[in-house]
Amino acid sequence: MKVFFAFVKKEFWHVIRDKRSLIILIGLPIVMMLLFGFALTSEVKNSNIAILDFSKDQATKTLVERIDQSQYFTVNKYLDSENEMEGVFRKGQARLVLIFPQNFENDLSKDKKTQLRLVADASDPNTANITINYASAIIRDYQNELNENKKLPYTIEMETRMLYNPQLKSSYNFVPGVMTLIMMLLGAMMTSVSIVKEKEMGTMEILLVSPMKPIMVLVSKAVPYMVLCFLDIILILLMAVYILEMPIQGSLVLLLAESLLFIITTLSLGLLISVNVNSQQVAMFISLVALLMPSLIFSGFMFPIENMPLPLQVMSNLIPTKWYYSIVKAIMVKGLSFEFVLKQTLILAGMTVFFLTIAIKKFKINLEA
Amino acid sequence: MMSEIVIHTENLTRKFGDFVAVNTISFDVKAGEIFGFLGANGAGKTTAMKILCGLLSPTSGVASVAGFDVYKENEQIKENIGYMSQKFSLYENLTVRENIRFFGGIYGIDRKSLKVKSEELIQRLGLGLEADKLVGSLPLGWKQKISFSVAILHNPKVVFLDEPTGGVDPITRRQFWDMIYEASAKGITVFVTTHYMDEAEYCDRVSIMVDGAIAAMGKPSELKKQFAVENMDGVFLQLARGAKRSE
Amino acid sequence: MNKLLFLLQKEFKQIFRNPTILRMIIIMPILQLILLPLAADYEVKNIMVSVVDLDHSPYSKRLIQKIDASSYFKLVEYSPSYKKSLETVGDGKTDLILTIPRGFEKTLIKENSTKLHLAADAVNGIRGGLGSTYLTQVVGDFNREIREEWLVMPRNSEIPQIEVTTANWYNPHYKYPLFMVPGILVVLVTMVGAFMTALNIVAEKEIGTIEQLNVTPLKKHEFILGKLIPFWVLGMVSITMGIVVAFVIFRILPVGSFLTIYAFSAVYLFGVLGIGLLISTFSDTQQQATLFAFFAMMVFILLGGLYTPIEGMPRWSQILTYFNPPAYLIKIVRAIYIKGSVFSDLKNDFYVLIAFAIGFNGLAILNYRKRMA
Repeated sequence: MKVFFAFVKKEFWHVIRDKRSLIILIGLPIVMMLLFGFALTSEVKNSNIAILDFSKDQATKTLVERIDQSQYFTVNKYLDSENEMEGVFRKGQARLVLIFPQNFENDLSKDKKTQLRLVADASDPNTANITINYASAIIRDYQNELNENKKLPYTIEMETRMLYNPQLKSSYNFVPGVMTLIMMLLGAMMTSVSIVKEKEMGTMEILLVSPMKPIMVLVSKAVPYMVLCFLDIILILLMAVYILEMPIQGSLVLLLAESLLFIITTLSLGLLISVNVNSQQVAMFISLVALLMPSLIFSGFMFPIENMPLPLQVMSNLIPTKWYYSIVKAIMVKGLSFEFVLKQTLILAGMTVFFLTIAIKKFKINLEA
Repeated sequence: MMSEIVIHTENLTRKFGDFVAVNTISFDVKAGEIFGFLGANGAGKTTAMKILCGLLSPTSGVASVAGFDVYKENEQIKENIGYMSQKFSLYENLTVRENIRFFGGIYGIDRKSLKVKSEELIQRLGLGLEADKLVGSLPLGWKQKISFSVAILHNPKVVFLDEPTGGVDPITRRQFWDMIYEASAKGITVFVTTHYMDEAEYCDRVSIMVDGAIAAMGKPSELKKQFAVENMDGVFLQLARGAKRSE
Repeated sequence: MNKLLFLLQKEFKQIFRNPTILRMIIIMPILQLILLPLAADYEVKNIMVSVVDLDHSPYSKRLIQKIDASSYFKLVEYSPSYKKSLETVGDGKTDLILTIPRGFEKTLIKENSTKLHLAADAVNGIRGGLGSTYLTQVVGDFNREIREEWLVMPRNSEIPQIEVTTANWYNPHYKYPLFMVPGILVVLVTMVGAFMTALNIVAEKEIGTIEQLNVTPLKKHEFILGKLIPFWVLGMVSITMGIVVAFVIFRILPVGSFLTIYAFSAVYLFGVLGIGLLISTFSDTQQQATLFAFFAMMVFILLGGLYTPIEGMPRWSQILTYFNPPAYLIKIVRAIYIKGSVFSDLKNDFYVLIAFAIGFNGLAILNYRKRMA
């Protein structure tokens, strides 16, 4: 045991002495939290809109002003003919073109009926959909004002409640996602690369003849990253609570315990990679392609799993990250207790045991060979 | 010819912040000489060697290699020296022949004579069968011999060897030294660092660095006499005892 | 020049002997192009609704039928109580709970107005928000039908009405792969350029061969060109792979010209290689380089507008995107692929990419110290 601690201490020094990496390992979760928290949103604000006004009357002027003043749009360009639209879209100068026909105001006041055309650059489907909806809503509001908001008979009112996340904050989704990503990066990628480095440099043999169980040599290399991992998790939680104002609804102890389990899962993946490869570049490549990318795709944090084709949905069940992500969401956001995450916990634990067993078996075979 | 001075230093000093890695060292090495550069780890050997190879600028003092000033003419120095380090200088995923061609090419040997020279070298080393094998698959001793041959392929004035024989068996080391003598006989100056004291005996002259300064310099036989010991080990131990820094 | 040729010969030999690099160039494009576009479907659909019908009236049944008929919704459960439904939300089986109170129909007809209760799982804010908006629309339609049945008067005779027609250009069916594929091509080129260049140079540092090169008469610019050119070629190969894979799997071809795509990518790649070079000057080990490259890629790509539109960002991060090379190329390649933009449409972006190429390589060269002093 004493030897083990001596080894761990040595590995700690190794990690701590490399200040530049340490800054990144601690800075990465901070930067990610800030980006996701404040910079990235699928909301559309100040979208550029171009106006093609064949009417140029008081009504169109009012409506254009409304649109420009709303937080969703900025009027960027006035066009003179439909031929210009193509160029505006191709140069990316506007997402949406609003076209007023001739005699807009006249038709509206005399015939009580007029038309408007919205043409969207739908190369980005999401944004196109949202901008069309926003523009339609502004037009509808304007129309309702003209109607002086007459109270209509036989009205069904909707009373809507948003559960768990009344302000519809996106942080509720990405905080657990950032946690999983950081853990994969530190627990699996960094650990495996650092172990494989010893192999590559030929210093592994020296370590293996030391008076310690060979597998413990590997574990001692992983311990500093585990600790860092745990620190990062705490850092993320602190930022979530105090900067993004996202309270932890369930038990903190349970959350940390589940996180520890997942750290061990990532660690076992890191070990599994490191016993199977001999070069740092391969270790990195496998971690990137087989662990980080699937974690990003299949945890449900950046891409909605329910929209994926069935084979991908089935595949997502094989990714440990998915289960940890749903545990964190359940505890942190929904405040559920252990019995509600029991199933996910068992699956995660099962996967961990499975990966560890294979890794150790393979490692022993390598030693004997 | 033998009196031509190829490496000249005078009060050469290099500081890293407050740390004086190389402290006012002065020495001359003559053409064709085998000069042993000894010292414990951290004594400043590597720093001094990097300065002489044009990799590092000195803080103060004078130094020239093959007649070129280390401050201003380091590019010319590089054309006139060969270098082989303790770490591998060859590309493991290139074959022996490819390594020879590559380094020869980098030193500006034209393609035609390079072809002739590399075949000659392969024959001389007796590597006819291994010439198209990846260097990574060869034993350590062979790699070092090839490294050395590559380092002197362009007939440099000086070749710098940084602990060239680390980790190989005594027989291979002996063979390696035969190659060094051969090079020296052709007029190539050999500047070698080592911590094998028996190798120090093979040198024409040695200098021993302690804490960044040269503590002793001379022919091995003179030094043994001066310190009244049997072998170079004894000389080294006596000097090293006073050392303050070690790594 | 001759020395550069020797160097290039050596680099290409090494690259072709390194299975990792080859795998990265072949597997990465295929995997990313298959998975990401399929995964990145942000349309909110298949919203799972649980209905608590306490009224059991003809109207409540009609409303439920109407919801079920909508393509957005999937009725997963008729539940006797709200409490029971809430449990299924906890399990993630339900997105929306619609409660139809007792006396819904009666109140509507007798008192002219009635209420429905909707509860949405808003952990995923977008899904919760849009889901409830869509359901509100369905209820609104239902409301209009009922009103029309009861009101005999001709509708809209006095009320001014603006009819809005919409058109979606370039991608009328909102196909997400068409949107994602060009963006992913950029991610690919960026990864190949930055990651591989950085790792390759740092590997030479770690093994010690760079020290050997440093004592040779090889010039600084020869060494740098010797590293950049092979990876530039690899980058162009990987974008070609990507274009082929995109066509084979998704039948997506650029509306604009290939030549324009290659012209922009060629310049862009030099900038990205400069980033790789810069990273290599900061790192001593491959592990460090991996970490730095990962960090840089993460920030660049997240802020690059691949997943979330740049217009939605606050001012400070929009300013950051001016200095973000992937943001430019993602925009450019999308424009060429989807809208058929031509070179003159994107002229200014081309100058920016040239500036990046010069800027990053300049920084890297300043930082790359052949003399370690």
